[in-house]
Amino acid sequence: MSLSSMIEVRDVSKRFGCFVALDRVSVDIREGEFFSLLGPSGCGKTTLLRMIGGFDSVSSGEILIGGKPMQDIPANRRPTNMVFQSYAIFPHLDVAKNVAYGLKRQRLGAKEEARRVEEALAQVSLGHLGARMASQLSGGQRQRVALARALVMRPKVLLLDEPLSALDKKLREQMQVELRRLQQSVGITFVLVTHDQYEALAMSDRVAVMFGGQIKQVAAPQEIYQRPATRQVADFLGGMNFIEARIGEIGSSHATVETETFGRLQVLKPAHGSADFGKAILGIRPERIRVLWEDETASDVISGTVMERHYFGEVTHLIVKTDDNQPLLTVSETNDFGADDIPVGAKINLAYERDAFVLMAE
Amino acid sequence: MVLISAPFLYAFILLAFPILSVFAHSFWTQNYLTINYGFTLENYRIALTEPLYQQLLLRSLRISLTVGVATILLAFPMAYFISFHGGQRKGLLLFLVTLPFWTSYLLRILSWKIILGKQGALNTALMSAGIIDEPIASLIYNSNAVILTLAHSWVAFAILPIFVTLEKIDRTLLEAATDLGDGPFMRFVRITLPLSATGIVSALLIVMIPTVGDYVTPKLVGGSEGIMIANAIQSQFGRASNWPLGAALSVVTMASVGLMSGGLFLAVQALKRLAR
Amino acid sequence: MTVLRTLGRNWLVVYAALFILFLYLPVLLISVFAFNSSAVPAFPLAGFTTKWFGELSGSIAIHQAALNSLKVALITAVLSTVLGICVARATTRYTFRGKQMMKGVIMAPLILPEIIIAVSLLIMMLRLGLDLSLMTITAGHVLFCLPYSISVLVAGFEGFDRSLEEASADLGETAFGTFHRVTLPMMMPSIISSLLVAFTVSFDEFILAFFLGGASPTLPVYMFAQLRFAAKLPAILALGTVILIVSVLLLILAETYRRRAERRIEFEGS
Repeated sequence: MSLSSMIEVRDVSKRFGCFVALDRVSVDIREGEFFSLLGPSGCGKTTLLRMIGGFDSVSSGEILIGGKPMQDIPANRRPTNMVFQSYAIFPHLDVAKNVAYGLKRQRLGAKEEARRVEEALAQVSLGHLGARMASQLSGGQRQRVALARALVMRPKVLLLDEPLSALDKKLREQMQVELRRLQQSVGITFVLVTHDQYEALAMSDRVAVMFGGQIKQVAAPQEIYQRPATRQVADFLGGMNFIEARIGEIGSSHATVETETFGRLQVLKPAHGSADFGKAILGIRPERIRVLWEDETASDVISGTVMERHYFGEVTHLIVKTDDNQPLLTVSETNDFGADDIPVGAKINLAYERDAFVLMAE
Repeated sequence: MVLISAPFLYAFILLAFPILSVFAHSFWTQNYLTINYGFTLENYRIALTEPLYQQLLLRSLRISLTVGVATILLAFPMAYFISFHGGQRKGLLLFLVTLPFWTSYLLRILSWKIILGKQGALNTALMSAGIIDEPIASLIYNSNAVILTLAHSWVAFAILPIFVTLEKIDRTLLEAATDLGDGPFMRFVRITLPLSATGIVSALLIVMIPTVGDYVTPKLVGGSEGIMIANAIQSQFGRASNWPLGAALSVVTMASVGLMSGGLFLAVQALKRLAR
Repeated sequence: MTVLRTLGRNWLVVYAALFILFLYLPVLLISVFAFNSSAVPAFPLAGFTTKWFGELSGSIAIHQAALNSLKVALITAVLSTVLGICVARATTRYTFRGKQMMKGVIMAPLILPEIIIAVSLLIMMLRLGLDLSLMTITAGHVLFCLPYSISVLVAGFEGFDRSLEEASADLGETAFGTFHRVTLPMMMPSIISSLLVAFTVSFDEFILAFFLGGASPTLPVYMFAQLRFAAKLPAILALGTVILIVSVLLLILAETYRRRAERRIEFEGS
């Protein structure tokens, strides 16, 4: 993966009347990377994608693709191609004609065109379906046709607008793997819009998390999950226990904080934003706290009472009230050791790791 | 089941029976006021070989085809405008456009008689503006006057089916075409037009079928040059009083309308197969 | 230059404006000449007058024709709406064999050349020995208006969610009570809309009334007959103006009810 920028989004805003859909967004997307825009519906992620593709105009700021400003370049002349959420398969054409749609304009000659179409269909394992009409395709097949139709254009950037949201769970998981594999084999930049955090984490090189028209954090999946910059980001990416803390000393990379339940802790400073606030939010993922069985010992232990128990098959979530009457903690424990047998009302001990805490901006 | 039978019986009795009796009459003959029930094909021979009737039938088909094509050409941009640029006022625009269709058919034709007449509104307006010195006589009493009047009458109706198919086109298909390199014109030709073909054909049919048998328009603005088959049918039931011949002419008209629609339908099917 | 360029870009808007003008101008001319004091409809206009309308109100023949049209249109509106409700209910709620065929027969008058319907009805009625009268016109008009009523009603019935009736039954209401308290109020706008549309179509219909009418003409037939006399033209134009205004008002009313029905269904769907 090269580190040069493929897409540069500079200070881009989008206003619909007095509603601000995008608020001075800046981000660099690198050449050959799989980049995801993740956020809840209405956060502006689709608007940003459509601006890159040229389907929505930019109210202010600019977008560069391959170093060239895109201001005056309409969608049909941009080096991007899109896989639409609804797939937008042309209903009056068969699969091969759908895939050949964009090539027709390049006047490659019938032979070369047929070869390219065949190659693209093979890429998405649809080689045998060229003569099918769009109406005869299943959801997964339609999605592959949409992919082939865009890839056959050999774009610099492939834009994917929630491409998997219409598929059922099993097919979705299979397509996640395939999409990732496909991206690595063709090597072009993929920009994916999704509201599914697992999808974004599983497929991407980097993820941008968006809320309210702003990008709150851009980072690799592990970092996004383990070191979310804000409470919002942490919350969106899965369960997180939030603990109120007071900032003590601030070092160059670490800060010392005080909490009621866990005492004094040394934590990394937030990835984004300044750390010079008196009050801060500390987070710990439920799976980073574990039940301490009777025959075990650990250096950092708290105790509490189980208030609720939720069974999820491979794991059980315990809602625990700590003895110092702080807000309830959620603990996620695998069922290998019998966490699903702990009765509600039981007194238990919990062990935690000191480096599992993250300091976040509110 | 019970619900639909009453209206169905009503429509059946008032439609199928009468049409069957037209069929029956077309094989009989009439002598002054008495019907002779002997089977004969004589009426069809007259209807199909008499130059007058041949000419009237061909003219009716030609006029209705011209009207059909003209209304499509006029209606399509309007339907397109309402569907793609109508925004919040789509319903209002559609109502505004179809409203005249529901007002008196006779009055709409009458208005063209007033406009196109030799001493009519258009000629006198042009003369008082000094653009022409003599009234133009060729405005009225010919096929063109009939075509203009019919096109005006039916254009509103042609908008509806076109509008409906345009509304059904998923707008992301157009974005996809743009994404794959098409400009606005190519996108229109390759996506919008083929996907609205059904609407265009149904508009063509719902305009052409009734206009073949139009009676009032040729009567009021057609003159002897613009007279159509319906006028001939009417005169067999009126002055000429030859019901069997009138019936045969009606059957021939129905058959030509059927053939025309069938032909159009097949042509479109063939085109569709060719496209994919 | 900038004006031209904007026009170029917005040629569709310009076209739409011209289209509306083309659609309305001829009809508007009728009203313009109805107020023109010259007996000949020509430019330049001679002067403003309402005397042609005065002539109208004095004519017994016109009153009689108007009354005939009113009778025919009222009965037609009621009958075609009642029959239309049956068809709309049956086709939107139930599936049964021959449904498409039956619907096809009922909707056929919409696409058959009207002269064919008129001629065949005429033959049958005369062969049955019926006297041509307002009755025969009404019979023809019901046949002709039924497809229009059905189109309006089906649109209203289609969006009607069956679960509303089931909810009513679930809450203990009888079948009749459900119809009275749920179905009818929900359907009312489209029923009224159907009544108005059928009334308007029947009131304006000429060909069937011309062929199937006896000695007493409806308004359009009377107008058509009067067109032979040039001197009667201004009065006809005045009459036409009145008819146009009434039709437009009725149609606006019908549209208002149709939209109300649409909104009701949309609300239900949301």
